Formats: sequence, C-alpha cells, structure tokens
Amino acid sequence: MASDAGAFATALDLILGLDPDLLGIVALSLRVSLTAVAIATLVGLPLGAALALWRFPGHGAVVVALNALMGLPPVVAGLCVYLLLSRAGPLGELGLLFTPTAMVVAQVVLVLPIIAALARQQVEELHHEYREQLTSLGLSRLRMIPTLLWDARLGLVTVVLAGFGRASAEVGAVMIVGGNIDGVTRVMTTAIVLETSKGDLPLALGLGIVLLGLVALVNAGAYLVGETSRRRLG
Amino acid sequence: MNDMATPTLTGTPPLELQGVTFTHRGQRLLGPLDLRLTGCRRTLVMGPNGAGKSLLMRLAHGLLAPSAGRVDWQGRTPRQAMVFQRPVLLKRSALANLTYALAVNGTPRPERRTRAREALERFGLAALEKRPARVLSGGEQQRLALARAWLLDPEVLFLDEPTSALDPAAIQAVEDAVQEFHRRGTRILMSSHDLHQARRLADEVLFLNAGRLIEHGDAATFFTAPASREARAFIRGELVL
Repeated sequence: MASDAGAFATALDLILGLDPDLLGIVALSLRVSLTAVAIATLVGLPLGAALALWRFPGHGAVVVALNALMGLPPVVAGLCVYLLLSRAGPLGELGLLFTPTAMVVAQVVLVLPIIAALARQQVEELHHEYREQLTSLGLSRLRMIPTLLWDARLGLVTVVLAGFGRASAEVGAVMIVGGNIDGVTRVMTTAIVLETSKGDLPLALGLGIVLLGLVALVNAGAYLVGETSRRRLG
Repeated sequence: MNDMATPTLTGTPPLELQGVTFTHRGQRLLGPLDLRLTGCRRTLVMGPNGAGKSLLMRLAHGLLAPSAGRVDWQGRTPRQAMVFQRPVLLKRSALANLTYALAVNGTPRPERRTRAREALERFGLAALEKRPARVLSGGEQQRLALARAWLLDPEVLFLDEPTSALDPAAIQAVEDAVQEFHRRGTRILMSSHDLHQARRLADEVLFLNAGRLIEHGDAATFFTAPASREARAFIRGELVL
C-alpha cells in the first residue's frame, strides 16, 4: 500500500517534471493515433455516407461486416497487418514492420470500421429526413454527400472521438506490429504493459494518468463544441 | 372568385400524366390517372386524407417514379421547386440556407448573397438572416422554404399542404407568397384539405378520393356545382368515406 502511494507520488513527479522519456512516449502515441484517426476519418466518413445513400447487391452483407469489424480484437488486426508487412508477406519489401507507420496502418484497420459504420447510421438518418428536399433541389446522390456530412457534423464529432478512443486505448495491435522498441515504437499502452511487468510502477502509473487525462480532455472539448453548436443551431 | 387575372401567356410546357399508377407492396395507392395541366394556373389538389394528394404531387415533381404510366412534360422539363408540409431546412443560418440553394443551381458565387438577401427581404425575414434556420418558428421556417423556392425561379411550384401546421397569420403569409409566385407567372400545384383556402386560391381543382381522380375542373364550377357525390359530400363538410 505504502509503495503504491509512493509510486503515485513518483508518477506525478515524472509528469510535472516533464520527464523526457515520458514525453517522448506520449508524443509518439499521439502522433500514431492522431494520424490513424485522421486517415480513417478521411476515408470512413465518405465511405459511410456512400453506404447510407446507395443500395447495391450485397449491401446488407457489407453493412453487417462493417458492424462486426467494429468489434475486431486489436491483436487480430495486429496479426493481419503483421502478416502483410512481415519479410515474407506481400508488402514485406516495404520494410515497414516495427515502424510507427506499421502502427498507423494497424490502427487504421481498427478505427476505420468504427468511423464508417457509425457515420453510415448518422448519415442514413439524416438522409431520410433530407432526401426529398435535396432531390427536389436537383442534387445527385454524389453531391448530397458533402451536404449530409456537414449537416451531420455534430454527431460525427462523437463518431471520430469514438475512433480516437479506440486507437489510443488499444495495446494489442501496436504491440505486434510495432514491437515496443524503446525510443522508436514504444507508445503509452505498450509502455504501461512493459513497465508493469518489470515492476516499474511509477512510470506505468504516470503514463496511465496522462492517457486518462488526454482522453478526458479530448472528450471535454468535444462535449463543449457539441453543446454550444447544438444550442446555436437547434 | 379570384381577384387577380390569370396570366395566360406562358412558355411553361404542359404536364401530362398518362395512366399513372403508384403501387406499394402490391397495394394500388393511386391511379390509373390521366391528367393534363397547362398555363400558369393555380391548381388546388383536394380530397380527404389518404386520397393520394401527396403522392400525385411527388409523382408529378419526379420525387417518385410511377409503377405504371408516364409523367410527361411535353417539350422540355421546366424548372421546378417544391415546398413541403414540414419544411426541410439545413443546419445553418437562414441566409446560408438560401445561398446553398443558389450554389446548387449554379448561381455564380458573387451574386448569391445579394440575391439571397433580396429574397429574405421579400418574405419578411431580413431581420433573421443570421439565425439558425432550425430554431425559427414554424411560420418563419415555411416562409424561408418559400424564399428558397423563389430563388430557384421555378416555372412550376408544388406545395404539399404547406399550411396545415401553421397558425392563421402564418397561413396568410404563405397564401400571399403563393399569389406572388402566381403574379410572376409560375404554375402552381398545391394540395390542401382546407376548403376555404381552396376558395381563396384556386383557379381549378383536382379532387381525389381513394387514389382516384374524381373531378378536374374550374374552381367556380367545382364549388358551386360539383358533379360527383363524393365532391358534394366533401364540400358540404361531410366525412367522405
């Protein structure tokens, strides 16, 4: 108990003292997860909107698959990307395994289904309401996509946040494809696993606190943005 | 009946419906229906709930495709706009809703704001241009929808029960707007189940019941000497079953 309290105090020291190791790990975590979320957003929002607007043979199967992939275990995503990028794999020549890029790829695989599937639901609902008016104005379905995404923006902020939450919290995928190499691919979650198993509780705890704080901060920001615009836009 | 002369010269192509039928899940909801509309008259589509008024407007406007038959604009398809019972406005300011419609129809960017402001002015919404469209009152929202339709300069305007959820002052504003469109030479096809409104606005009446076109004729004749039993009952205010 006493050593836990001591660990907590040391953890705070590390954070407040801006420990360079800790800062490096936090920075890499943010770089990887934010890049992955940005890519998944750019692809996932139009993809979700397209799935909401177009019906084609196999549409139901695609939607079910996408929804199922929201629950894809990170280790499985990591394994798939590992197989793709390993020396003997189809993309092995790129030499991306155990690099931050590989970690971004793995997190995109995890986050894209979440963003696309949730965006599809939001856009479908809005499309139901807007369809006749937009058709009456003479918009093709392709031209409806930007309008619908913009008008669904309040809900989509939450969707992107859900994606960020998943990316920043997962450990399995980045561990497998990144390898948790000190100073190269070590991020907050993999560092916490390692330090805990080594018994270096202060660093693990410090990282845990930073991780929690970041997630809380991002969500608070989104909540504020959402509330103000909801009040303003009705 | 109507204090305004109906403009007769018009380049708006006639609308012809030939054997138009609409079926949903094996149930025939409308038709077969034959109809020809010309000129720039104010046509009121009347009938009890479920008669097929909204369906007819959507088929004519092209929002729905008929299950059988043809909707034919003879010559060319004219510019059209539709105002719905519940106005569908985008989540942006009143002004931005109008500039959006102008952007969609290809108006050059520098003109959009000026023209949108003119339309707001015309429909008494100038003070509300910065307000989010979705927080306007029901009447204001419907006027904004009319202003949006106005900017599209339609040759044919469809209005689907545009006043059924409004209070008398807002109804007056909508009817004034309809007359403005009429003065500009727009052909108007408007559904309503309000007899008084129809008497105020209609040049001609389409009377529907249970998916069939029962009567199509001059408003004066329809209101004074309806030909069908259903229309007589409807005008007397009885329940048409």
